[in-house]
Amino acid sequence: MKRTQSLQRFGITGRGLVVALPYVWLLLFFVVPFVIVLKISFSDIDLAIPPYKALIEWTAKNALAIKINFNNYAFLFTDSLYLNALVNSIKVAFISTLMCLAIGYPMAYGIARSTPSTRNMLLLLVILPFWTSLLLRVYAWIGLLKANGVINNVLISLGLIHEPLTMLYTPFAMYVGIVYSYLPFMILPLYANLEKMDWQLLEAAEDLGCRPYQAFYKITLPLSRNGILAGSMLVFIPAVGEFVIPALLGGPNALMIGRVLWDEFFSNRAWPVASAVAILLLIILVPFMMWYQSVQARESAGAR
Amino acid sequence: MNYRRSYFIITCIAFGFAFLYIPILSMVVFSFNASKLVTVWDSANSPTLKWYYSLLHNEEILDAAWISLKVAVINASGAVILGTLAGFGLARFTQFRGRFTLNAMTTAPLVMPEVITGLSLLLLFVAMEQVIGWPAGRGLTTMTIGHMTFSMAYVTVVVQSRLASFDIALEEAAMDLGARPVKVFFVITLPIIFPAILSGWLLAFTLSWDDLVISSFTSGPGSSTLPMVVFSKVRLGVSPEINVLATITITVVTLMIVAVSLWMARASRLEQVQ
Amino acid sequence: MANSAPAVKAAPWNDPATRPYVEIERVTKSFGDFKAVDDVSLKIYKGEIFCLLGASGCGKTTLLRMLGGFETPSSGRIFIDGEDMTGVPPYERPVNMMFQSYALFPHMSVEQNVAFGLKQDGVPKAEIADRVATMLELVKLGGLGKRKPHQLSGGQKQRVALARSLVKRPKLLLLDEPLGALDKKLREHTQFELVSLQDKLGVTFIVVTHDQEEAMTLASRIGVMNHGEIVQAGTPSEIYEFPGSKFVADFVGSVNIFEGKLIEDEPEHIRIASDELGATIYVSHGISAPPEATVWAAIRPEKVFMSTAQPEGVDNVVRGAVQDIAYLGDLSIYLVVLPTGKVVRVTQPNTSRHAEAITWDQQVYLSWDSTSPVVVTR
Repeated sequence: MKRTQSLQRFGITGRGLVVALPYVWLLLFFVVPFVIVLKISFSDIDLAIPPYKALIEWTAKNALAIKINFNNYAFLFTDSLYLNALVNSIKVAFISTLMCLAIGYPMAYGIARSTPSTRNMLLLLVILPFWTSLLLRVYAWIGLLKANGVINNVLISLGLIHEPLTMLYTPFAMYVGIVYSYLPFMILPLYANLEKMDWQLLEAAEDLGCRPYQAFYKITLPLSRNGILAGSMLVFIPAVGEFVIPALLGGPNALMIGRVLWDEFFSNRAWPVASAVAILLLIILVPFMMWYQSVQARESAGAR
Repeated sequence: MNYRRSYFIITCIAFGFAFLYIPILSMVVFSFNASKLVTVWDSANSPTLKWYYSLLHNEEILDAAWISLKVAVINASGAVILGTLAGFGLARFTQFRGRFTLNAMTTAPLVMPEVITGLSLLLLFVAMEQVIGWPAGRGLTTMTIGHMTFSMAYVTVVVQSRLASFDIALEEAAMDLGARPVKVFFVITLPIIFPAILSGWLLAFTLSWDDLVISSFTSGPGSSTLPMVVFSKVRLGVSPEINVLATITITVVTLMIVAVSLWMARASRLEQVQ
Repeated sequence: MANSAPAVKAAPWNDPATRPYVEIERVTKSFGDFKAVDDVSLKIYKGEIFCLLGASGCGKTTLLRMLGGFETPSSGRIFIDGEDMTGVPPYERPVNMMFQSYALFPHMSVEQNVAFGLKQDGVPKAEIADRVATMLELVKLGGLGKRKPHQLSGGQKQRVALARSLVKRPKLLLLDEPLGALDKKLREHTQFELVSLQDKLGVTFIVVTHDQEEAMTLASRIGVMNHGEIVQAGTPSEIYEFPGSKFVADFVGSVNIFEGKLIEDEPEHIRIASDELGATIYVSHGISAPPEATVWAAIRPEKVFMSTAQPEGVDNVVRGAVQDIAYLGDLSIYLVVLPTGKVVRVTQPNTSRHAEAITWDQQVYLSWDSTSPVVVTR
């Protein structure tokens, strides 16, 4: 009989108090804001502070008038800028995820298979960049990719090229930036999953006549499915709404929805439109977030 | 276990780490470059520490760093309290009303794009100011609240996973010997999971210290954080002072990580091995 | 090996006037649809070492945890020393538990671990130091007080756990698989230490174990559990020599069970026709069962005599061939196959070093005394 991991003797009030504080905090500062975003996405832009008209108003007859305005959403769908940015963001995030997987999986695999002492050092080396500011690391790529940057200088001095390559402010730079920044987010969940694997399964498979790459394909890969999904979600979902990297590396033509939202909000002061963009983005991302949660739940259930 | 050396894997690892570290190392190297162009090495005057002096006297950057520090410390401390409570609740109480919601609310910030979180927080503060008059304008308070909201999600994950591998028999034994649940938490559980809580604090601190997007949305006049200042400089191109900042950051982070991991290795030997 | 004499002098369970120290009254524990403990009633007396014996999943640990206060019964009540303790949390019970994983607090020294319970009770410092020192001496850990748990061996950790749970002089000590983590030699040694410690302190023990050898050595009484129920409760010899069912007969020790039909039923003897055996079994005591009932005769391997020559004047004899032999040093186990195909297990002590060795495929005669079989009806 499995022992339930719960302290049933804790007492109702004690239990309630413990979770009440974080619960209320998150409700107020995480959930309520989304409701407000939703509300504002339905309102009109106003040349005032704050730059939107009220949604619920007392009219002269002391009745409540609720003005729901779908203009903003209509605007989003008619102006191709937003839909293009959205589609482009998803495309960029998807490809970046695949590239992170291609680079990150062998690394996670190698770390999980190494001796404990090597493993700790390698893990430290993976975690270290993660703790260093993202902004600074993306900045590093500016120095590497620009016309008189490190890469161009090295290639020219080696005689491999004669004209500097245009790498900065291109989609290429953006992909490099995203993959670079999110790589640790792919490696860590993958590693966490692979570390728990029973390597004797592979030995048993080979003992029964399986070749190494077959054993990998038939055993390791399926068993690491949860890690792959978790890492992919941790990269894909935030990458869709990524702002800093397109802003610094992508150049003015990089059409990413996070940047559009920022510009709409700060430059154009079009808060209702920005809110509508945010809601749209959320609607697209929420299924992925729920998928991520279910993968995590499955992983922890399997661990018990 | 058979540690078979696969050349393919080793090559991948080598390239992967080179990919991760070459940019960082290049920043460090060029922080000693005298040339204002940063990436064009001025061999006549380099290596030099002149940009280090320049940075450490840069008022704008120093003020911003001070603000970042204040926000990060308060944020980390608050996030640790909220995150530990949430993590403990989720790990130990298998059933309570609102468990699903709490779980969703503590995992969503981990993946949600920051522009959405930042935007929503700003709109909340504006609406609150309209309705109840607080917060009066945006500044350190609103920034700290914003940071705490997403930091606590990370702390929750750290604490929750630590408690999952914690032998509950230790808590039961303490209760069996006469300690009430609250006492058990402070005398038994907390000391044992302390390294995890500390790493949660450091994680929250770092997230706040490096945060750009949410800070930009929730800050007000006169409350620019270090990342915000860096961003405005960096939008215009490379700057040697930023290289210096990067080098200092990397050095500090490396030292802290090494120190913390050494301590955690010592602490993990304390717990029983089944 | 003979059972060590338990702390209880006469058998209080046989005396209806003695008040039970622990009374479990119709306790059931359900987890959803699953009944971990099903309508269990038990009386345990002061000074006993009572063992709950069963396979994993039988409910013994759940029952123990209910005694400790870590689970609440779904129905039924638990009395300890006359007081209703159902629903009382563990920190308010005069009961202590020794956990299977020992659960020593890793951030505290041995002394601090043992002193923990006394500190919670507000015992004055000087007295704590005194009692802790005495207890550590008693479990033979004197001098190791300042060490941390990770610096101790498995056996030492176990003794710290024991000291910590006994120092509060609880009315009842619950032990969850106390010897499971120890190797064989250490286990045997600790078994006797446990019994002598209990005898000295007079604490009532309730032990949960799946190891029947352990139960037989430690217990004054054993409660065999299966599927959440107490199938039989009695002294080790009662359980072993008079099992009440096939399950108990098979669970405790090895046994040969022959199925058959009751063909003669008299007050002082019965006869069972067994196809498995290929003969009739004559048992010289009566049982209560309807005529022609299907019954099972259980015969312990050590009570079967094996010989190469036909024995004279015995009621129960069959012939067979030796299929397998296992030489264990002090005794040998023989598997003898009968003409019916049934395999009978026989153990014989190797009393002589140069005995005439019985070998594979040898034809032998198996016989047993008419008092040896235990007849069970379920």
